Amino acid sequence: MDAIRRAWQSDFSWSFRRSPVAVVSLAVVLLLVLSAVLAPLIAPHNPFDPASLNLMNGFSKPMEPNAFTGDTFWLGTDDQGRDVFSTILYGMRISLFVGFVAVLFALVLGVSLGLIAGYVGGWTETIIMRIADVQLTFPAILVAMLIFGIAKGITPVHMRDEMAIWVLIIAIGLSDWVQFARVVRGATLVEKNKEYVQAARLIGRGSGAIMLRHILPNVLSPVLVIATISLALAIIAEATLSFLGVGAPPTQPSLGTLIRIGQGFLFSGEWWIILFPAVTLLALALSVNMLGDWLRDALNPKLR
Amino acid sequence: MTLLSIDHLTVQFATRGEPFTAVSNAALTVEPGQIHGLVGESGAGKSTIGAAIMGLLEGTGRISDGLIELNESKISGVDEAAMRDIRGSRISMIFQDPLTSLNPLFTIGEQLIETMVEHLDLNASEAKRRAIELLNRVGIPDPKTRIDQYPHQFSGGMRQRVVIALALCSEPEIIIADEPTTALDVSIQAQVLELIKELARERQVGVILITHDMGVIAETTDVVTVMYGGNIVETGPTEQVLGDPQHDYTRSLIAAVPRANRKVHRFPKLSYDGRQTDFAIEELARNWPKQEAPDGPLLKIEGITKRFVEKRSIFPSQRRMFTAVDDVSFEIRPGEVFGLVGESGSGKSTIARMIAGLYQVDKGEVYFDDIAVSHAGLDELATYRRQIQMIFQDPFSSLNPRHRVDAIVAEPALHLGVIPKDQINERVSELLERLGLGAEAGSKYPHQFSGGQRQRIAIARALATQPRFLICDEPTSALDVSIQAQILNILKDLQEYLGLTMLFISHDLPVVRQMCDRVGVLRNGQLVEVAETATLFSEPKNDYTRELLSLMPKTDLLSSQDLATAV
Repeated sequence: MDAIRRAWQSDFSWSFRRSPVAVVSLAVVLLLVLSAVLAPLIAPHNPFDPASLNLMNGFSKPMEPNAFTGDTFWLGTDDQGRDVFSTILYGMRISLFVGFVAVLFALVLGVSLGLIAGYVGGWTETIIMRIADVQLTFPAILVAMLIFGIAKGITPVHMRDEMAIWVLIIAIGLSDWVQFARVVRGATLVEKNKEYVQAARLIGRGSGAIMLRHILPNVLSPVLVIATISLALAIIAEATLSFLGVGAPPTQPSLGTLIRIGQGFLFSGEWWIILFPAVTLLALALSVNMLGDWLRDALNPKLR
Repeated sequence: MTLLSIDHLTVQFATRGEPFTAVSNAALTVEPGQIHGLVGESGAGKSTIGAAIMGLLEGTGRISDGLIELNESKISGVDEAAMRDIRGSRISMIFQDPLTSLNPLFTIGEQLIETMVEHLDLNASEAKRRAIELLNRVGIPDPKTRIDQYPHQFSGGMRQRVVIALALCSEPEIIIADEPTTALDVSIQAQVLELIKELARERQVGVILITHDMGVIAETTDVVTVMYGGNIVETGPTEQVLGDPQHDYTRSLIAAVPRANRKVHRFPKLSYDGRQTDFAIEELARNWPKQEAPDGPLLKIEGITKRFVEKRSIFPSQRRMFTAVDDVSFEIRPGEVFGLVGESGSGKSTIARMIAGLYQVDKGEVYFDDIAVSHAGLDELATYRRQIQMIFQDPFSSLNPRHRVDAIVAEPALHLGVIPKDQINERVSELLERLGLGAEAGSKYPHQFSGGQRQRIAIARALATQPRFLICDEPTSALDVSIQAQILNILKDLQEYLGLTMLFISHDLPVVRQMCDRVGVLRNGQLVEVAETATLFSEPKNDYTRELLSLMPKTDLLSSQDLATAV
């Protein structure tokens, strides 16, 4: 109870409550994440259950009864008669899962390499940071496509659809670790010269213990900021890859896959098939990004 | 005629809750040619007064009440445009750090000439002539050449002279100098203060000198105002205030100043505002292991040398090395406090780090209890690490901000296996209690403590392993003078009651006088003199030592009435 009261009174929570942008962003993010997690309970239809689909419901307009069956769909249906609202909920699950896990992967990789580069220095640092520099010269999406292509080449055909999601995660994660590594290396260079690190070295603490116990907790706040902003970027990267047809397979459509499907109907008048997934993606990425921006300002004492 | 007068000045900063009053109801006056010292500890509000005069209050600060008059015209509460005319032309400022107060992208000539053209309506060639004259006056050699150089081409002391020239070039009526010599070595400090004194007389400029250093006040000022917690507690002619302080706070402040001319057994425990903390080092002695003192020295250093790489290259002929410590040898006897003094860059911290094993020794050897530790095996190194500990300079960086205090204090003892895990809590809470931090200190984080309390936590951490030898690397140079007195008293207790042997590193000669039995003087990585402390101060043998001693701020003016009462 006491801890909750202290947290509520902290500067961090005070500056959160004072920022309408942060409050609204967090509300939108929570709403979207919750509805994705609870999709099986909320969604009116299961778009992956062929038994529940009726081809006659195809191309229903939003909020209007279908001409043949008389069923009404909030956000309309696609060509196969799948409820767009339900596909969005299920699609968000894939998008968010890929985003979270990819960022986690990039975070663990980038923070570890950054810590080692900053603390150990010398040749180790040079090698790690040059690899990072080289990778930064390619657009992230290109790196992801390259990894995706290689992975597709070496996985057996029958496993491709199952593996697609994990390949996507590794592809996005590997294209994203560089900024974690750079920021953590910079912060580590500052921290390792502080006297508390000297005090730990004095008693013969090993490098691993110093990095994990002493330096890591002190370099985490910029990592949190980057992770949040990376999450928005990873969700967009996933959507881009899926839109290009190299991401989530049609059997497990993500928001990007839905947009790709929808763009085929853009000029034939069925605007709702692309519009609603696109708006959801926009809301998700924008609110996560705004939250990240606020977090950066709140955690940076220089801007206060 | 009064040049500057401040009356019932109150400065407040808006915060989440109640506004914070940084200065309340302050009044002072400055006459032409007078140096008015503003002294107090950190947070006393002295810099805030300076910023309020300049109209440069930071953040949410504002003058909520009061009047500031320059030459009988009101300058507080005027609009920004009017203030800009006053600032720089009628009032100028000298900041602490000469490195950041000059623009690195312009030559000093450009900076001086621009200011003069702007404020004095001169043409460029006339301004240049006067700039050269001024540089000559502040003691820059060969000003005709140096006027076209950039700030990085000047040394720290020369740069501060340039800053003074810049402050003077617009012919201001008053100069505010905020800790102008804190970032400088003693030898340069004395020259810069002398220059400020001469120029104030010569040009009849009023100077407000903000400092925390009583020695600087005694040397330089005509009038002094003592501040505490945003209030002015005492003001008057410097000799009178320092020699016969009336207010209790002034008395406690003066009694805490280390003197170069006499050694006190302990600093007097004059309490003001109940800030005195009770520590009981003698209580720790009961459980302290009695160790047999070796017949010879406890620590012996033989010809240690440390070189750092200045320029890296794959070609050996292109590599450049910088010798930080050059063939230094000395011994520390059991139970003694050995001081190492020197200016910045003299290699004193490098020596401490080599002894502590934080730096590799390039040449030479460190012997502890007759065991060579610089090239020791793992077992011997572990034994050595159990017997030494270190107290660092900056208590804000020596405690990990993300660890709880009990974990910080317990770490060395646990890691080195000195105390079994089930007894560690007992040891930690005993230490925190004996150092006057209270029982609940362990469950808090470092940021909840003040600088002095943090340094006591660092001492508790060092004592947890019950070491025989303690390295103190400038342990008080980041602290206020009253806190310094307290920490020095604790360190004296450690020597007396626990029999700790210490290496005490400092740039501050009066502090060394109070603490050390023997002293070594370092210059550019070489040990120039080692002597008993009293001998060193009364009969220095080396020229450099003599020079250092002559440059110490004189503390003769300071009242010694409370020193005698000290136990």
